[in-house]
Amino acid sequence: MGKTLFDKIWDAHVVRQQSGYPDALFIDRHYIHEVTSPQAFDGLKKRGIGVFNTARTTATADHNVPTKDQHLPIKEALSRHQVETLRKNCKEFGVELYDLGHPFQGIVHIIGPELGFTQPGMTIVCGDSHTSTHGAFGTIAFGIGTSEVEQVLATQCILQHKPKRMRIEINGTLGKGVVAKDIILYIISKISASGATGYFVEYAGSTIESLSMEARMTICNMSIEMGARGGMIAPDETTFSYIKGRKFAPQAEAFDKAVAQWKQLKSDDDAEFDKVLAFDATDIAPMITYGTNPGMGIKVTDRIPTPEELKDISEKPSFIKSLDYMGLEPGSQLLGKSIDYVFIGSCTNARIEDLRMVASIVKGKKKANGVEVWIVPGSKQVEDQARKEGLDKVFEAAGFELRSPGCSACLGMNEDKIPAGKYCVSTSNRNFEGRQGPKSRTFLASPLSAAAAAITGKVTDVREWI
Amino acid sequence: MSKEKFTTLKSTAVPLPNENVDTDQIIPARFLKATTREGFGENLFRDWRYDSNNQPISNFVLNDSSFTGKILVAGKNFGCGSSREHAAWAIYDYGFRVVVSSFFADIFKNNALNNSLLPVVVSDAFLKSLLDAIQKNPSLEVTVDLENQFIEFDGNKESFEINPYKKSCLINGYDDIDYLLSLDKEIREFDKQHA
Repeated sequence: MGKTLFDKIWDAHVVRQQSGYPDALFIDRHYIHEVTSPQAFDGLKKRGIGVFNTARTTATADHNVPTKDQHLPIKEALSRHQVETLRKNCKEFGVELYDLGHPFQGIVHIIGPELGFTQPGMTIVCGDSHTSTHGAFGTIAFGIGTSEVEQVLATQCILQHKPKRMRIEINGTLGKGVVAKDIILYIISKISASGATGYFVEYAGSTIESLSMEARMTICNMSIEMGARGGMIAPDETTFSYIKGRKFAPQAEAFDKAVAQWKQLKSDDDAEFDKVLAFDATDIAPMITYGTNPGMGIKVTDRIPTPEELKDISEKPSFIKSLDYMGLEPGSQLLGKSIDYVFIGSCTNARIEDLRMVASIVKGKKKANGVEVWIVPGSKQVEDQARKEGLDKVFEAAGFELRSPGCSACLGMNEDKIPAGKYCVSTSNRNFEGRQGPKSRTFLASPLSAAAAAITGKVTDVREWI
Repeated sequence: MSKEKFTTLKSTAVPLPNENVDTDQIIPARFLKATTREGFGENLFRDWRYDSNNQPISNFVLNDSSFTGKILVAGKNFGCGSSREHAAWAIYDYGFRVVVSSFFADIFKNNALNNSLLPVVVSDAFLKSLLDAIQKNPSLEVTVDLENQFIEFDGNKESFEINPYKKSCLINGYDDIDYLLSLDKEIREFDKQHA
């Protein structure tokens, strides 16, 4: 029997397989940031040990940073202390840090691929659940807790049981106005926020193969929102040409040699998965979420379900609680609903392609009165590229605010928060209660849909604009 | 480094029947700014426990003095969302030692196990009858026996699964790094070969 891509990469990284123990899995690349690393470094200090291999570790500051006036000291004392602690730890342990103001700084899952650190066949971890993003390159990449961050810093290994394997196939041509974000919101709406718990997903099929790397990253990024440990896509020419020439990628002959190896990275035709799902791309429409978990999504023109329409009746109380939080009526239309904020950013949708999508919709238009629009590029390099292409002028003319890189309003941790009771169309990944700030209300959507909403001030079907 | 050991626990329990309790509810991101592991319990379920004026919300279960104990019993898909280990720290710091649910998110489960907090997976039916029983009788005593892998209340008993390695870590108070450090030579060799 053949092997899945997941098994091939996993098996190649097992340092020790011992009966009664989880596998000791070697980690090729470890990304760290300010929020989930301080306690791990403390653990190393208590044990009196160093970082196993600093060359395999990359740090940046992203979650807790302001997106305005980044050259000034961080105003809030606890946030400042956390970023300063990262600085101190990186210096003491010899870890490369792309700090605020560095040309490579940005959201950890955006800079890794952008700098060429993320390469096919690797195992990658980070103390952040959206580490699944890197799976777009044909890697095993998953989020870990701080105790595990400490394990990897100390030993470059992690103790893990192999998850089950799921294959999700999407075939066919996407309709106009339908992009990667819609694909993943559609899948999650079909299988629920826990539909892939216990699994590692491989996405495949003609639709996936047709996507750019940016789009593939958006899909793999949200694997965790259906409970999956991670998601991956077999590397192909699109992958190789994205990596070629990036700063920390293999160069010249070494690159050609690497590509020859990377070409082997795919599931065998007779590989067996524990579960296989298939979807038809032509059934996917621009999607939007209406509730407080990412599985609560609908096509933008559909009605919000009623409690009676739920597949699992036991979920009725949670469903009612969720709609109550959102201030929405069961069975009503979301289309045309007035909104207050638009947030374009996060590790899901803050790459240059996302910003270009937004610009394509808003060029020559102005935002609706009363709507505040924040565009937060995923990295310094994305920001620089956007300015080079003149996208900043398009945004400025539309009345949008282009900010500096960081996680921003995705998680209500730094200064950027959506006020209580306000509605925000957001390109981020989570619509949990209070995720974007206490009592904030989030509608997750694609950059195209978010851009259209910014112009009309309402939940909008972007297909009418294309 | 040694951790608190877990063998058997007899305690009253706190019911939280909500499903899909995500880690942003367990501990909102704005409280993740500490650089130590302690003190997160005070912000456990912060936005369900306190209103915007920091006043306790009376109908939330942690503010209801009739429900106390070291066992939290929650609806399915508990701990979904972010990988923040702070969620496990907050639950532990508040005083819980066991979380019972019919389904846990993967990362949360690992984080709990790494922090001497035992996640106990039970059937939907057992969960429902346990939640009902606690609601009816808040002083109901629940037993969680890790050695023999069962949970019991009022004559209802169900066994639960736990990975044998993690079980022995909990019972003996070991952590993963102790084991991985013992493989140091092998790992260095592997690292060299895969440079």
